[in-house]
This record gives sequence, structure tokens and C-alpha cells, in this order.
Amino acid sequence: MHKQLLDANFSIITSLIDKKSRVLDLGCGKGKLLKHLKLEKKCEVQGIDVSQQEVIDCIANAVPVLQLDLEEGMSFFQDKSFDFVVISQTMQQVHNPDKLIREALRVGKKVIVSVHNLAYWKSRLQIMLRGMMPNTKHLPYEWYNTPNIHLGSIRDFYSMCEKEDFRITNVCPGGEHFLRSFNKNLFSEFSVFTLESL
Amino acid sequence: MLVKEQFFSFASKEQAFQLRCGKSLSKVDVCFESYGQLNAEKNNAVLICHALTGSAHAAGRHSEDDRKPGWWDEMIGPGKSFDTNKYFIVCSNILSSCYGTTGPQSICPETGEAYNLDFPMTTIHDMVNVQHELMKHLEIDKWLAVAGGSLGGMQALQWAVSYPDKVHSCIPIATAAQCSPLSIGFNWVGRESIRKDENFQEGNYPSGSQPEKGLSIARMIAHMTYLSDASMQNKFGRKLQEMDDVNYEFSHNFQVESYLNYQGRQFVNRFDANAYLYITRAMDYFNLAEEGEKKTLAHALAKSLCQFCIVSFSSDWLFPPYQSVEIVNALAENHRTATYCNIKSDAGHDAFLLEVDILAPIISNFLAQQQESFADA
Repeated sequence: MHKQLLDANFSIITSLIDKKSRVLDLGCGKGKLLKHLKLEKKCEVQGIDVSQQEVIDCIANAVPVLQLDLEEGMSFFQDKSFDFVVISQTMQQVHNPDKLIREALRVGKKVIVSVHNLAYWKSRLQIMLRGMMPNTKHLPYEWYNTPNIHLGSIRDFYSMCEKEDFRITNVCPGGEHFLRSFNKNLFSEFSVFTLESL
Repeated sequence: MLVKEQFFSFASKEQAFQLRCGKSLSKVDVCFESYGQLNAEKNNAVLICHALTGSAHAAGRHSEDDRKPGWWDEMIGPGKSFDTNKYFIVCSNILSSCYGTTGPQSICPETGEAYNLDFPMTTIHDMVNVQHELMKHLEIDKWLAVAGGSLGGMQALQWAVSYPDKVHSCIPIATAAQCSPLSIGFNWVGRESIRKDENFQEGNYPSGSQPEKGLSIARMIAHMTYLSDASMQNKFGRKLQEMDDVNYEFSHNFQVESYLNYQGRQFVNRFDANAYLYITRAMDYFNLAEEGEKKTLAHALAKSLCQFCIVSFSSDWLFPPYQSVEIVNALAENHRTATYCNIKSDAGHDAFLLEVDILAPIISNFLAQQQESFADA
């Protein structure tokens, strides 16, 4: 993700998380979000990431982190043991996003999912004009080497939530386009969803 | 860094040191070393727990001409991960060992002779209780951290559960909350090899003529469990030792054979067979889950209060990463946050002594953050 979008994503997510809550970040990277939540919001935080380097960086950021593969499940976390479970830019990189979200809903009272939007108007234009997978500064990968194996649109995400009975309680469209709230699927570059159990 | 061995004794006939097995010791000597200075707030003390055949000599040299420094010298010292400019580092020889702390070769005060196999069976828990006596002697109220690899990691875990209010953080490395059947099996074969050596004499071998054959075979077997398939491929391949072709004899042909022989020979010069029996047995008996009310690891770890930084190594087949994940899972079941890193390495179990470049920043950053939270508390 591009720096500006990352910052926007960061501030939307932090605004959604209450002070002093227990937060689990799935695919926490270097722990930037959790470090902020720990210091500024006095949250009790736990990160998970599969990458050794990211985990080492997390430790340098004083963020408790577990080097685990999310695909192997997290049955060891008790039901509703976290106030918030964050899935930021992680969903598109796992084999079973639906499973991941279902598990997050079991473990957390609220789940915050940041969803990249492949149906953003610029991406649509690229596919239409170039006839190839979009390759932009926001998605700087070739189709064959991208870690993003499950890209979809905002409408795709809504459709999954409906089919899988994930209850959406809040949506924040992200990006720079002034019409992003008017039509999220066309004008938001990403959207941050809050999900809760039925 | 020049360092020296220090000694401390406790227990008496009237106030014997009670062991888990029901027996007791009327005198316990402890050999330990310390590096750095205990600060006025006493919040910078770190206990390092050594592994099976280690000693209190974790860092530095006893004299300028010492050929080798202590066993974890790359990690402990000024400016290193366990920074002696910041922390007061303590390492003591474990109970039942042969490097200065009371063990089977010590003289029994009641008989005036070496205990040998009359030495009571000791456990990891007993080893930790001895370290706890040392802690009181040093007037330390709470460890900033207790850290150790392998059998040392077992001690660190035991500390967290046995003395929850005296441990601020725990760093178990390449270890497990219980000894696996694989480890018990290897320990058994090692001990059988010692006990079946004709020089063993039920443990009553005179000093200077210990069951060298048995002990060296035990060491060769154990040594292989510390390596990995990949590390052995890299180190030896199928290279021959000082010959151009195999000689169609059973004498050593391959480099790996000659290397293991050398390791076995070196070991009998530095370690006592009876001590090896006692310490491996203590390892077999280690099962932290038994400390829990319902005999589960989660219940046992629920007693602990410290932050954990757990480290495993991908190619460690003696204490495989899944055993570290079991500890992580048990902590998560207790709603506890933790840190866990599985370092990618070909070095097998020995990685905890070798992968210093990766381990160093993990330890130093974790310790720094723990010192901050300790000072705040």
C-alpha cells in the first residue's frame, strides 16, 4: 500500500479503537499500529505475524508479537478474549479470508477489516484500457508475484458478509476521492469495515 | 572481561534442603559467577540458566590466557545483549552438576565419602530452589529476567511458575514445558551406555577412572541430537577423514565419525558420568503441566505473572518449535500477551548458542522494554 493510503488507513483504524481495550492485530507487520495503540490509547496489545523480520522489528517496537501462521488457525484464543481484532491489509493475503474473519469474530467482540478495493475507478480504467491486471502505485505487483492472492472489491466484500452472515456495523470509506462516501465501490480506494457477531 | 568463580553454601542438619523426591540435603554448595553491578533500585538483575553440561562460567575469562571464554560469551558482556553495563548478570552451576555445585561427586557430610548413586534424585524444580537460595543470598528481590536455552529454558519456565512474584520476565529459548518421549528416549540410551560400561561399578568408580566408553558414547549420541540433517550435510557431507578412499574397515572413515569420536573424547575429560545420569533424569521428569491444578500447562502458566519472550529454531528436532508453540498457546488460553519468535536456522538445537546475530537484537530489545516496565511498576 502507498504511504498516503497507509496513513489514512492507520488513522481510520485507530479512531475506531477504544482506549484501554484489548487489541489483537492479525498480520501486524512491524507493529506500528499496536505501538501507537499501546502508547497513546493504553491498550493491551498482541500482534501476530508470520514473517521473522517483521516479528524482530515488532520486538524492537516493544510490541508483544507471536510468530505464527494465521492459516493454521488460532483456536488457542478464548472466545471474545479481545475487544478488537484488526485485519488490516491481511485478508487479501490468506487462502481463506472467510475462515479468518469467522475466527476473528469468535475471538474478538469487534472485528475491524481494512479491505482494498479493486473496483476503484482508476483500477477499472486500467483493466478496460490496458486489458491487464491493474498495476498501480497502490498495488505495485505483477499478477504472478503479488502476495495479494484474494483481491476483491467493496461490493465483493459486502456479498461475502451477506452470504457468510457477518454483520457489518460500520463502514469508513478511505482514499482521496471526494465522492468516496457517495459510491464506495467506485470511489473509495479502500474501506474499513467493523464487523460484529450476530 | 575477567571474571571469577564465587561460592555460597546453605542448609544444615537441622535445616536441611528439601527435595521433590522426599529426601533432603544437609549441605548445598553453589558455584556461581556474576557480571556487572546490581543497581541501587535492584531492578537490573538477570539470571542466566545453563543447559545440561554447562557451568556457571557463562561469560568472560578466568585469566588472560584462558583459551576459551564462557559458554554464552557472545551474548553476555559490555555492550552485548545481556549488557553488563546495564544489567547485573548471575549464572550458577545447577544442582547435581560437576562444576562446583553439590552433585553426586560431592562428599556426603554424614558419611564423609562421595555420594555417587546415593545422591538423591533431583529435579528442575530443585535446581530452581537452589537458585532461589542464591537469590536471597545476593539480596535480590526480583529478577528483571530469567533466561536460558534448552535445560536452562526449562529452569526459566519453572521459575516463572514457582516464584511468580520474583520474576519480571522470562526468556525460554529452544526449550519445552515438558520433556518429550524423543528426549527421554535419547537420555535413556545415553544413561544405559554409561551404566553398562564395566568401569561404571554402580557409580562407585574411583575418581580418574570413570566409565569413559559409556560416557563418550552417550555424548556422541546426544551431540547428534543438537545438530540437524542440514547442518551435518553442510559441515561434513560425505567427506573422508585423512584418506582418499574408504578402507573397508570399521575404523573411522568419514569426517563425521572422527568428529563424533573427538567430541566424545573431549567430553569425558570435562564431565562426570554420575552427574550426567542425574541431570538427564531431572530433564526426563520435567513436566510443567503438573504444577497446574488440573495438570494442564494452561493452569500451570496461569500462576505466572511475568512477560514471556519465547524463542525456538526451525531445525531444532530435539525441542521442536511446536513445543514452544504449546507454551504460547497455553499463555493465550490465559488471555496473556506474549512474544514468540521461531528463528529460521539450519543449526538444529545448538542454534541457541550459534545464531547470535539474530538472537541478539531480540534479547536486547526485549530486555530494554522489560527494564522500562519494571522501573514503572
